[in-house]
Amino acid sequence: MTHLEQLEAESIHILREVVAEFENPVMLYSIGKDSSVMLHLARKAFYPAKPPFPLMHVDTTWKFREMIEFRDRMARECGFDLLIHTNEEGVRQGISPFTHGSALYTDVMKTEGLKQALDKYKFDAAFGGARRDEEKSRAKERIFSFRSETHRWDPKSQRPELWNIYNAKVKKGESIRAFPLSNWTELDIWQYIYLEQIPIVPLYYSKVRPVVERDGMLIMVDDDRLKLLPGEDVQMKSVRFRTLGCYPLTGAVESTADNLPEIIQEMLLTRTSERQGRLIDHDQAGSMEKKKQEGYF
Amino acid sequence: MAHQSELIAKDIHAYLKAQQEKSMLRFITCGSVDDGKSTLIGRLLWDSKLVFEDQLAALEADSKRVGTQGEEIDYALLLDGLQAEREQGITIDVAYRFFSTDKRKFIVADTPGHEQYTRNMVTGASTADVAVILIDARKGVLTQTKRHSYLVSLVGIRKVVVAINKMDLVGYDQNCFEQIAQDYQAIAGVLGFEEITYIPISALKGDNIISLTASNMSWYAGPALLDYLETVQIGDTRSVQPFRMRIQWVNRPNLDFRGFCGTIASGQCRPGDPVVVPSSGQQSRIARIVTMDGDLELACAGQSITLTLEDEIDVSRGDMLTDPNRCPGFANQFQAKIVWLNENALLPGRSYLLKAGSSVTPAQISSLKQRINVCTFQDESGKTLSMNEIGVCNLALDRAIAFDPYVENRHTGNFILIDRFTNATVGAGMIDFALRRASNIHWQVLEVDKIARAEMKNQKPFVLWFTGLSGSGKSTLANLVEQKLHSLGKHTYLLDGDNVRHGLNRDLGFTDADRVENVRRIAETAKLFVDAGLIVLTAFISPFRSERAMARDILEEAEFVEIFVDTPLEVCERRDPKGLYKKARAGELKNFTGIDSDYEVPERPEIVVNGANADADNLAEQIIQKVKKNLSLGN
Ligand SMILES: Nc1nc2c(ncn2[C@@H]2O[C@H](COP(=O)(O)OP(=O)(O)OP(=O)(O)O)[C@@H](O)[C@H]2O)c(=O)[nH]1
Ligand SMILES: [Mg+2]
Repeated sequence: MTHLEQLEAESIHILREVVAEFENPVMLYSIGKDSSVMLHLARKAFYPAKPPFPLMHVDTTWKFREMIEFRDRMARECGFDLLIHTNEEGVRQGISPFTHGSALYTDVMKTEGLKQALDKYKFDAAFGGARRDEEKSRAKERIFSFRSETHRWDPKSQRPELWNIYNAKVKKGESIRAFPLSNWTELDIWQYIYLEQIPIVPLYYSKVRPVVERDGMLIMVDDDRLKLLPGEDVQMKSVRFRTLGCYPLTGAVESTADNLPEIIQEMLLTRTSERQGRLIDHDQAGSMEKKKQEGYF
Repeated sequence: MAHQSELIAKDIHAYLKAQQEKSMLRFITCGSVDDGKSTLIGRLLWDSKLVFEDQLAALEADSKRVGTQGEEIDYALLLDGLQAEREQGITIDVAYRFFSTDKRKFIVADTPGHEQYTRNMVTGASTADVAVILIDARKGVLTQTKRHSYLVSLVGIRKVVVAINKMDLVGYDQNCFEQIAQDYQAIAGVLGFEEITYIPISALKGDNIISLTASNMSWYAGPALLDYLETVQIGDTRSVQPFRMRIQWVNRPNLDFRGFCGTIASGQCRPGDPVVVPSSGQQSRIARIVTMDGDLELACAGQSITLTLEDEIDVSRGDMLTDPNRCPGFANQFQAKIVWLNENALLPGRSYLLKAGSSVTPAQISSLKQRINVCTFQDESGKTLSMNEIGVCNLALDRAIAFDPYVENRHTGNFILIDRFTNATVGAGMIDFALRRASNIHWQVLEVDKIARAEMKNQKPFVLWFTGLSGSGKSTLANLVEQKLHSLGKHTYLLDGDNVRHGLNRDLGFTDADRVENVRRIAETAKLFVDAGLIVLTAFISPFRSERAMARDILEEAEFVEIFVDTPLEVCERRDPKGLYKKARAGELKNFTGIDSDYEVPERPEIVVNGANADADNLAEQIIQKVKKNLSLGN
């Protein structure tokens, strides 16, 4: 088997194991490339049945418009059961990445929103598309990652995880986050998308888009909630995104790559990591580990 | 990824094509604390240009702040990703990292050297094909080197690199290298490795890692570590072994389709191949191998597939489909090596959940035969296994499962043990052989069975299991209840301290291990009496949930009634009918429940009685009322 075939088989094994062991699993669908791959793998794992779980999107209300369009189109075309949850309390308080800073915003709209949704539907397992190569605390996380009743991750007492035998036992209220893409790298993901012709949000491809330069990043002007600061102006640039999140926190890269081979080529030649375009990881040292402990994906 | 950069820039399509042909190698770094495991992987990532500029900036800052190399870069910080690890400068949990070269994609697990975190090392080792065992050139072979080597061998890794590190600190001395290689060779004899490759390196300076550094070690002819990893042959024998697949999930989208999903553990299969289910002996043939991209003509070990069968046979999750000509073992008792992974010691007799692939079965360690001393690799005797210890055990499962010896098949001979109350993964097991073949001992169907015996007594058999502290009133109540049952014409039997401790269990004391065994024997005896048609009462402290659950499990539903005699410790201590609390308080009696040994309160007992209530007869009557349903013959 080639390395991609091995990764695919491992992911399918994980997806099935969760479905067989848990009563009420859900797949967290973030609309990005990793989610697209995870969804594709789920369709393969359960074919000819449909994946026997709903998809859930925690909508911060600050996602790129094209992401939302893509999400709704995929759900329509593939016939998924799609749940959308927004932290209404956060919306009421007017929490925004522009005025409250990325740390508080992420905490309220993403982490809290996620926990609310998990509690509301009483999910006992949630699939996430995180990969170990993304960040150094992720590199330490198990494939079946145990969460307490309050959704906390305890990095110091993770369950040993041997071979491909996963311990799925949880008590009421506790849960497992399962990561079928743990062993994939960014390159593997792109190659697989290329080989399997998996649809992805068009924002990954270069196009001339309106952007402003802020804090050393190129932020796309996706709607009129982005207010220009003194000295800023909107420029039209050929850009694309390596990762997708909330538009005010996601930096674009200048590029002309408008097809997969060129995207892969650029990725291989770049000297920066994909998370560099994400504001939230840089807030403080060890910030990802801390967020994860608090329940972030 | 520096290796291919030319092709990437020149012809990305050709590059992508080449990428698809790549194989994958999983390896670990292991060895004693501070031997340089994390530094080595950090160096490999660094030298294969996998450290990006933004990560480099963070690494430089971190190195100054918490690094061990002064102003220099501390490569270990690329791996030690948890705050606690960075603060202490050690690895606590395994980190998985990825890199690739022209020839291969690598998944490397950087494992901790500290003895305390051995379980995380085992986690990393369980999926590895190759181990890189590091040794600090200044220190030579240490206990932890031996422990890790033993574990590497135990989990079935057959090819190892012994990387003798920090050569820069011993002046790149050839003698030092050779001496350590010789010492290692001497201990490795019993470990059964197929191939040991010794490489002198400096993880910090990058010597002999990506390529040979002739300037420092001209005396070393090669290979460099990466050359070895790129070319080492992992003789994958999985595909030529007999076909085995455990069913993970049954796919039933509609009435016309019944697919069996699983990952092929070994061998291969084609439509038309005969298969058998060892648990039932039922046979069929593979009809189709179904995938989203069309049916397959052939599927091999490692693939996750969906099969349909030609006949409607009864197969469910946990069952194994196998080659009928080369069947696996099928047994409910076997010998296995167990690595213990939990702070709470292994207790023979306690019931754990055994998960082998997708099959989950209650199981007990019926005996701990030996403990393995990791310094001498010799067997020792022992009663329990503490965390990180390795033992040879006999196991008894509630149901037989299909398996192969681990040395023959790494994918069907393994299991984990799960604690039934904390849900922790407490043990990792590798099966040696079956103790007796369950297929041969299909319980003889006796003409006179439980129902027949009970009918003769005009009763339904069951167990009233009293549990509670010493002095809570269990015996008094059990006696009264027995009298009442007797006067109702029921045939009863009361198992109590006096008639059990002095006979059947007189070899047992009061340690945790002995308490577990004590209760196990009582439960088994109660089960036999139930089989004989009797109503059994037991009156033992039975302090642990696990054992009460075990007793519940071996009986049928509705045959087990747990009665918690809930009397506060102060009341029991005040009563102190046998003066035991006084002795325990005075320190004359060790392991006394409630004083220096735990009582685990029942979570869902069928009946709770307030044992502080002085009117025992009234309490006994309450119990009789509550079990009225069991006493009547109808349903
Ligand atoms: N001089 C020298 N120092 C080294 C070399 N390799 C590692 N070190 C240093 O040895 C110390 C321990 O290195 P680590 O990589 O953290 O060791 P480890 O084996 O990962 O340790 P644990 O994971 O905690 O068991 C660090 O200070 C390293 O910089 C080497 O080749 N030469
Ligand atoms: Mg380390």
